[in-house]
Amino acid sequence: MIEKEEQPKKKSRREFLQQLGIVGVGTALGGSAILAGINYDKNKTDAQRIRVLTAENELLEIEKGDATKIIPSKHGNLTYLQQQGRDGIAGKRFVMVIDLSKCQNARKCMAACQHAHDLRPEQHHMNVLKMEETETTPPFYMPKPCQHCDNPPCVAVCPVDATFKRADGIVLIDNERCIGCRFCIAACPYSARIFNWAEPLNAQGDKDKVYNVELNVPQKKGTISKCLFSADQVREGKLPYCASACPNGVYYFGDENEDAVTNGTTKETFRFKKLLEDNGGYTLMPELGTKPRVYYLPPKGKTVPFQDKDREEAAEHLHHT
Amino acid sequence: MLEQSKKDKVTSDLLASIRLTNSFKAWMAFLSISLIVCLGAYVYQLNEGLVVTGLGDYVSWGMYISTFVFFVATSLIGMLISAVLGLSGQKWAAPLARIAEIIALAFAAVAGLVIITDMGRPDRLLNVFIHGRIQSPIVWDITVVTIYVLISTLFLYIPLIPDLKICSEKINKLHPMAQKAYKLLSLNWNGSHEQEQILKKLTRSIAIFIIPVAFAIHTVTSWLFANTLRVGWDSTIFGPYFITGAFVSGTSAIVIAMYFFRKNYKLEEYLSLDLFDKVGKLLVLVSLVYLYFNINEYLVPAYKMKKYDALHITALFTGAHALMFWSVQFFGLVLPIILLVFNKMRKPLPLLIIASFVFIGGWFKRYIIVVPTMEHPFLPIQNVPLNFKVYTPTLTESLVTLAPFILVLLIITVLSKVIPVISIHETIESLEEKNN
Repeated sequence: MIEKEEQPKKKSRREFLQQLGIVGVGTALGGSAILAGINYDKNKTDAQRIRVLTAENELLEIEKGDATKIIPSKHGNLTYLQQQGRDGIAGKRFVMVIDLSKCQNARKCMAACQHAHDLRPEQHHMNVLKMEETETTPPFYMPKPCQHCDNPPCVAVCPVDATFKRADGIVLIDNERCIGCRFCIAACPYSARIFNWAEPLNAQGDKDKVYNVELNVPQKKGTISKCLFSADQVREGKLPYCASACPNGVYYFGDENEDAVTNGTTKETFRFKKLLEDNGGYTLMPELGTKPRVYYLPPKGKTVPFQDKDREEAAEHLHHT
Repeated sequence: MLEQSKKDKVTSDLLASIRLTNSFKAWMAFLSISLIVCLGAYVYQLNEGLVVTGLGDYVSWGMYISTFVFFVATSLIGMLISAVLGLSGQKWAAPLARIAEIIALAFAAVAGLVIITDMGRPDRLLNVFIHGRIQSPIVWDITVVTIYVLISTLFLYIPLIPDLKICSEKINKLHPMAQKAYKLLSLNWNGSHEQEQILKKLTRSIAIFIIPVAFAIHTVTSWLFANTLRVGWDSTIFGPYFITGAFVSGTSAIVIAMYFFRKNYKLEEYLSLDLFDKVGKLLVLVSLVYLYFNINEYLVPAYKMKKYDALHITALFTGAHALMFWSVQFFGLVLPIILLVFNKMRKPLPLLIIASFVFIGGWFKRYIIVVPTMEHPFLPIQNVPLNFKVYTPTLTESLVTLAPFILVLLIITVLSKVIPVISIHETIESLEEKNN
């Protein structure tokens, strides 16, 4: 991982790439996560200086001691997209907050998600559930993505490291490695995972696309898929597909480290911890010890009531069959 | 000393089955054709994907996994008969050792193939070895099942060495190639005292070693379920629960095999009524232990009726799976225990019928363990087609499920045609002991 850090010990106010040192091959890596920003001191002699090529194709001359070697990715021998997908985004800890008081079951999130990931109508990375937890408590709508657990049971049971947890909190799937054993489906208590039982929806159209782990497209027959926190969008600094598509301000997405989450509809940014604190935020089934990274705000003070037509389906889960 | 004539009789009796008969050819043809039909179904599944099964995103494990568990379970009989009973000095079980090992090897080896039929990407099987992660119970399972297959092979082969020598010398009109093969495999056995000692030591070592491995294969298989957070699987007794269930299935399997070997290979004298009686009693014992574990496994959550447990338990006791659940418990466990208490029921034919119920019940029992849990996740199943909510196996899936059974029968049949199903060497040895 390459991280940009302050170097307080230096005399002048300079920012250095902490782990830069690749000479020449920078271009081959093309667009890697090296971030530029180097000033250098002109008083040094040439002997102590070296030339480096940044990811932006800029040739710089820097003090030899200022350059450190790039720590190679743990995930050698992978394609660039896969390597990037496994490494994640440095310094981030992504979280999602779902405000149940605002969900009106518009299902724009589901549609946007299915469209982005080439899913069939019955395949849901994001599923808006009609919930009724007990006979005497009111029903509510609950969008349910993958919980991106910090203690993910799916990752533990995967025999081939096809599903993995990134340092930035996102749990992804490498469908070029998945053997289709479906142990992860069995292990997930949130029913967050789906399987490509048949040829995927857009198999023909996606045929020539390079596989992107962060989008999980092209989908592949006989492999798992699930919510990815829109890792491809997040890499570009955008909000997830579901969050952006929501017309009702249900979704907040952001970085726990920055303590900031942004609402997908209003684009307003809030303090993450304060948002949870003020609204009684919680996680699903914390007793299982999975430590989800998706937080919920309770369905308190709903402006639009739960629809009568959905009551029967919501109550189904309570019935013993 | 035992008279030579008696030795010769034992030898010729036990070698009698090793010849190609018309009924054997017809049986093999039947099995082969059935297997080809089932393989056709598998090829269809390979082309279309697992969509041809009744599985869905919620019930994503079904008959294939049930069959896998059942096969691993049945294969434990090799360990029970040859190792546990053998080491504890239960001499009556000795004539069953080879049959038990044949069954163990066939079921364990085919179990590995069953798991492949369940894979979405069998073409990536090697990933398990290339990218295997030690955290995953699947990797543990593959490791121990492989070891078990290897040890079972040795456990069948090592005590067989003297018999292979006998085969090469005593079988009439043997094809020269076959004779050469027997001779080669008998590793220059000459029956010297020294060789006898080595054979005994080796057999005993394997018998000891196979016990923990056999426990491991089925305990780890149970952990594929118990190590998840799912209702109905999230149980600490799953290891012993599976092991005791394995002994029930395995014992019923050996009864079925005994019956047909006795009848078809004219082994009435060796697979005696007394032997059936004793195996019948063994079946009662292991069934009682398994019944005890069943009561534990279902009564404890049923007493508490926690929210999600209640959904599962109700489905089993009075709901959608009630008929299968109670049939399995009653016809596959309780009724056999009651019937087998009577002497008359431990005669070969009644015992065969009872054991068949136990065996078939054993398969459905695995289905009851695997499927209902998956129909009851914590969160509601919504916005999916009905066939995702209720699992209904398809014809293709049923054919693919039949394939491993046929393959096991093929392996057992072929093995029983090339090696004596009862050890000649040991039978003569025990007769000599009795004589002295």
